[in-house]
Amino acid sequence: MATTTKKPEQPSNVVHKYLRAKKTFPHVWCSGCGIGIILGALIRAIDRLGLPKDDIAVLSGIGCSSRLPVYVDFNTLHTTHGRAIAFATGVKVAKPKLNVIVITGDGDCLAIGGNHFIHACRRNINITTILVNNHIYGMTGGQFSPTTPYTKRGSTAPYGNLEHPFDAAKLAIAAGASYVARGTVYHVGQLTRLIADGISNNGFSLIDALSNCHTYYGRWNKEGDPVKMIEWFKSHVVPAATADKMPPEKKEGKWLTGVLHQEDKPEYTENYARLRAELKKK
Amino acid sequence: MGKNIRLLQGNEACVEGALLAGVRFFGGYPITPSTEIAEGLARRLPLVDGTFVQMEDEIGSLAAVIGASVAGVKAMTATSGPGFSLMQEHIGYAYMAEAPCVVIDVQRGGPSTGLPTKVSQSDIMQAAYGTHGDYRAIVLSASSCEECLLYTIKAVNLSEKYRTPVVLLTDEVIGHMREKVEIPDPEELEIVDRVKPEVPPEWYKHFEITPTFISPMASFGDGYRFNITGLTHDEMGFPTAKPVQIKAKLDKLRKKIERNKEDICEIKTTYMDDEPHVVVLSTGIVSRAANQAVKMARQKRMKVGAIQLVTVWPFPDELIMQYMKSCRHLIVAELNQGQILKEIERYIDKRHTKIESLQRYDSELITPQDILQKVREVK
Ligand SMILES: Cc1ncc(C[n+]2csc(CCOP(=O)(O)OP(=O)(O)O)c2C)c(N)n1
Ligand code: SF4
Repeated sequence: MATTTKKPEQPSNVVHKYLRAKKTFPHVWCSGCGIGIILGALIRAIDRLGLPKDDIAVLSGIGCSSRLPVYVDFNTLHTTHGRAIAFATGVKVAKPKLNVIVITGDGDCLAIGGNHFIHACRRNINITTILVNNHIYGMTGGQFSPTTPYTKRGSTAPYGNLEHPFDAAKLAIAAGASYVARGTVYHVGQLTRLIADGISNNGFSLIDALSNCHTYYGRWNKEGDPVKMIEWFKSHVVPAATADKMPPEKKEGKWLTGVLHQEDKPEYTENYARLRAELKKK
Repeated sequence: MGKNIRLLQGNEACVEGALLAGVRFFGGYPITPSTEIAEGLARRLPLVDGTFVQMEDEIGSLAAVIGASVAGVKAMTATSGPGFSLMQEHIGYAYMAEAPCVVIDVQRGGPSTGLPTKVSQSDIMQAAYGTHGDYRAIVLSASSCEECLLYTIKAVNLSEKYRTPVVLLTDEVIGHMREKVEIPDPEELEIVDRVKPEVPPEWYKHFEITPTFISPMASFGDGYRFNITGLTHDEMGFPTAKPVQIKAKLDKLRKKIERNKEDICEIKTTYMDDEPHVVVLSTGIVSRAANQAVKMARQKRMKVGAIQLVTVWPFPDELIMQYMKSCRHLIVAELNQGQILKEIERYIDKRHTKIESLQRYDSELITPQDILQKVREVK
C-alpha cells in the first residue's frame, strides 16, 4: 500500500510549487471554504508520492469544487456536470501511465453523475476520486443534494429535506471500488494520507472528503462561520479502525473516518493489457 | 497484388474504415441499428493495441471518447436516435474543447424510441444543430457500404485536421445490408493526424488563434500541461469573461469551418454534365434510388441528373448552385418531413427553379419508381 516517500516540506512552499499562480488567480471560492484545504491536501499528497507533474491528470465536473483543476499545474480537464469520471475512463485507457484524479462534488458525483460513478467503481479502473462532500449544491446557490441530511434545509428544501441522504462510501464499496476512505477538512494530515493512499491504490479509489459550505449549507442550517463548521467535524467523527470496539451510543450521528474498505482485485486497464498480450500470442 | 474485395455490412465497413483511419479507442453503448459497429470494434481493437469500453450510457460513451482523444488517441463512438440525443451535450463539449472525435449515427425513425429497426433520415437537422450554442458542424452522409468505409476514414481525417467532432450519418438499411466493399491498400490511403505543437511547453497555447484558426494540439502526458474546459476560455484554455476573448473563441469555431468549406464540402453527381433541367437532390440511401431513377429516365431519353450530398454540413450550397443555372425543377427526395428541403430553399431563386419535394417518413424507402414518377410529373 502507499507510503510516504518524502519528508513533508514547509506546507506553503509545497503548495505554491504546484499552482498556476499567474494564470488563474484570484480563485472563485468564498474565503473560508473547505475546498482550498482539500486542494492543499491533494498537492501535499502528490508531492509526498514524488509524482512528476506531467504524469498527473486532474479532471472535474461542474460545481465550486470542480473548479479546482484550473488552479493546479497538471494536465487538467474541467468537463461537464457529473461526467468527469466517464471522461477520466477515456484518459486512463488511452494513457495508462497517467495518474488520473477526479475532483467532484456531492451533486456532481452522486446525483447527475451517479451512474458513471458506480460503473467506474465496478470496473475497478485506476482512477482516484476525491468527493468534496459539503452536503449541498454550492455553485448554484444552496439547493439540497443527495447527501443533505434528512430534515436539514436548503433553498429547494426550505421546510427541511424530505429525502434521505446517500452514504457515498457505502455506495462505492457496494459497487466494487477497491479503496474507500473518508476524511474531513479538519483532519488535514489524515486527509493528505488518505489521498496519497488512494492515488497509490491500483484500482478505483474514493476519498469522501467532508467539507464546509458555510455560505449556503451553513446559513440555511444556522451552523455558523467557517471556523465553527470546520471544528464541528472534530467532535463528529469516529476512526473506523476503532469503531468496532465502541458502544453504539458513542457512534450515533458521527462519521466513520479513515480507511473504510480496501481489497486487491484486478484493475481494468491492466486486464485490458493482459488481454492484448494474450491475443498476440495466439 | 489483387484488389481486396469483401462482402460487408455497412456497419462492418465502418469498423474497417475506423481501423484504417487509425481509430484506437471506441466507447459505446449498444443500440439498434448501430450495435454491429461496437461488436466489431470490441473484437478488433485489442488486436491492434486499441481499447473498446462498453460504457454505462451514451453520455458516458462520448465523454470517454473525448477523454481518450485529449490523451492522444483517435477515438470514436457509434449510436442511433435516442443515443444520439443523449450525446448532444458532449458533442457541444467537443466543439468547445476542440477535441477531434467521430460519432457515427446509424439513423432510425424518431422521435423518441421511434422505429428501432426501420430506416430514416430524420437526424439531418439534429446533426447540425442538436447541441446548444453557436458552432459549425461537419456532417457526412454515406449511401453505400463502400462509402461507410471511405467516409468513416474521411470523418476521422476531417476531425483531426479541424480539431472538431465530425458526425457520419448512415441509416438502418445501409447499416444492415451487405454489399461488395473494396478494402483500400493502407499504403495508398491518405490518413490525417492532428498537428502537434513545435513550440516548447512554456509557449504552448492549446487554443491558439492561428491564421487558419486551427490550433496545434498537444496531448495529456506529452509534457505540455494545459487546461481544457467547457467554459468559454482564452487561448490558454482558462475560463474568461472578457467580451473580446469570448467573441474571438466563437469566431474561431465558426471560421475554421466556414473558411475551409471548399476543402470540407463534397457532392457526387450523376448525369449532370449536359445541364439537365430536372435534378434530383438527395443524400444517403435515397441517392441510390435517385441514381437508379436517373439512369432509367435517361434510357427513356429524359434529360435528368442527380446530386448526392456527401457533406451535408456545412451545407455545400456553392457546389450545388453551379448546377442550378440550367435547372428548372429541383426534386428534393428525403426520408423525413423536409429537412434538406428547408435548407436548400434558402439558396434557390424560386422564380427560376421550382422546388418539388418527395418525402417519405412511413419507415419505407423511396424507390427509383417513386422518383421516376415525380420526374414525369414535373416534366
Ligand atoms: C447539465 C447541467 N445541469 C445543471 C447544471 C447547473 N449546476 C452547476 S453546478 C451544480 C451543482 C453543483 O453541486 P455540487 O456537485 O455539490 O458541487 P459544489 O458546488 O457544492 O462544490 C449544478 C446543478 C449544469 N452545469 N449542468
Ligand atoms: S458557495 Fe460554498 S462550496 Fe462554493 S465556494 Fe462558497 S463556501 Fe465553498
